[in-house]
Amino acid sequence: MRKSTLCLSLLGVQAALFLGMLLHARSQGERAVRQRQSSAALVRSLGLTDLCLFTEARYTRHPAMADRHAAFQDHPMGLDHFPSGSLVAPPTFPSPHASPHPALPQHP
Amino acid sequence: MRAPIQRYRNILDFALSSLLRRKGRNLALIGVYTLVVFVIASLIFFVQALKREARELLVQAPDMVVQRMVAGRHDPVPVAQAEAIRAIRGVEEVQARLWGYYYDPVFGGNLTVMASEDPSLAAEAVWIGQGVARSMRVKEGDLISLRGYGGLPILFTVQKILAGESELVSSDLILMSPTDVRALFNFPTGLATDLAVTAGNPRELPTIAAKIVEQFPDTRPILKSEVLRTYEAIFDWRGGLMVVVLGSAILAFIIFAWDKATGLSAEERKEIGILKSIGWESSDVLLLKFWEGSVVSLTAFLSGVLLAYVHVFFFSASLFEHALKGWSVLFPRYQLVPVLDGYQLTVLFFLTVLPYTAATLVPIWRAATVDPDAAMRS
Repeated sequence: MRKSTLCLSLLGVQAALFLGMLLHARSQGERAVRQRQSSAALVRSLGLTDLCLFTEARYTRHPAMADRHAAFQDHPMGLDHFPSGSLVAPPTFPSPHASPHPALPQHP
Repeated sequence: MRAPIQRYRNILDFALSSLLRRKGRNLALIGVYTLVVFVIASLIFFVQALKREARELLVQAPDMVVQRMVAGRHDPVPVAQAEAIRAIRGVEEVQARLWGYYYDPVFGGNLTVMASEDPSLAAEAVWIGQGVARSMRVKEGDLISLRGYGGLPILFTVQKILAGESELVSSDLILMSPTDVRALFNFPTGLATDLAVTAGNPRELPTIAAKIVEQFPDTRPILKSEVLRTYEAIFDWRGGLMVVVLGSAILAFIIFAWDKATGLSAEERKEIGILKSIGWESSDVLLLKFWEGSVVSLTAFLSGVLLAYVHVFFFSASLFEHALKGWSVLFPRYQLVPVLDGYQLTVLFFLTVLPYTAATLVPIWRAATVDPDAAMRS
């Protein structure tokens, strides 16, 4: 078999798999709806505000409800030492909690 | 029609033979190239899927949460304020939320304890998330012991384990009746952790927030839009340590690929000289190198993206697990729903395939335009 035939076939298989990947992602819509239904019901009934991703500290468990992500917030030697602290990007400026409404006074 | 195709195939055959002559070097290149595409694509898929989940789920979150701040820190809020807030025009409902954190000394994990008004939740019973059930190794009907504020253990019956599909929001939750939450934490009656406010018209929320702050200057309203924005900021893949690490890896790869692609060996120069002396046009030589670059970069791109898809959506991004887990003892297990962003895939394609292919062409074009005799002698 010619090398080019083998190469083009392999690239063709990869391209077909790539197309299959796109179709698979599209076909997951129903599963997504089913999966989100029970989560959405909980969020609605309990008034949840955060995803349960990092449970190591208060401000990583509930980043939307926490004080600004500040070093030393727990005790004087308390640097932001949790590994997820290095994954979480610092808030964009102005930060999400930094007085987004002109009518509101600045709050800590 | 067949002749041009045959010509291209002949050149491709030659290009493949040329690649196979330097098998070790080219396989190493494809391996590193695939790895770089795999890591970037995994990160993009993972972040996009989590962002999508956050957007879809947190849209159900309360329109506004009102916290009370004392000396710059979050403090319980008087339930009586709920009545005053409910009286503000535009406010539809105010719900006092009672929740807190419980550190379990047995398995060393932080749990979120929350009060639920669900009538089917019995007294002295709890509903727990899948993560809690896994960590405590309990099932429905078992008893769990939580240490109360006085240091004495309080027993609760596990009435229900929350559905696995909701693990992304409920993995570490322990739901119990408001009376039990107050008993566990000695939480004073008349106080709540915060207030969840629902507005009739979401466009009125900034005005309502301003009125709340005016009436209760020690409060901090957090709007749903801010919650959503926080999650957008958290998963901004351009931020954080990951990008620093990735940045260095990508830079190392660029240097490696540039060196490989631009540095023509004496052997390659001689090869070009011989090809030109036996009648190959400069355009044929360019086409040959274009095929070589395309085969390498296309193989690496497609393999990297496919592996990343399988890694994130079939193996729950297990390679990122250690970085994401950090010091968490309790970690949710969830299968992400695939989200493919055409724009980002295109950007990834243009950032990986095109630069490499282009980098191979420039030195070849320079070598292919010199006299064959000079090329062979050099």
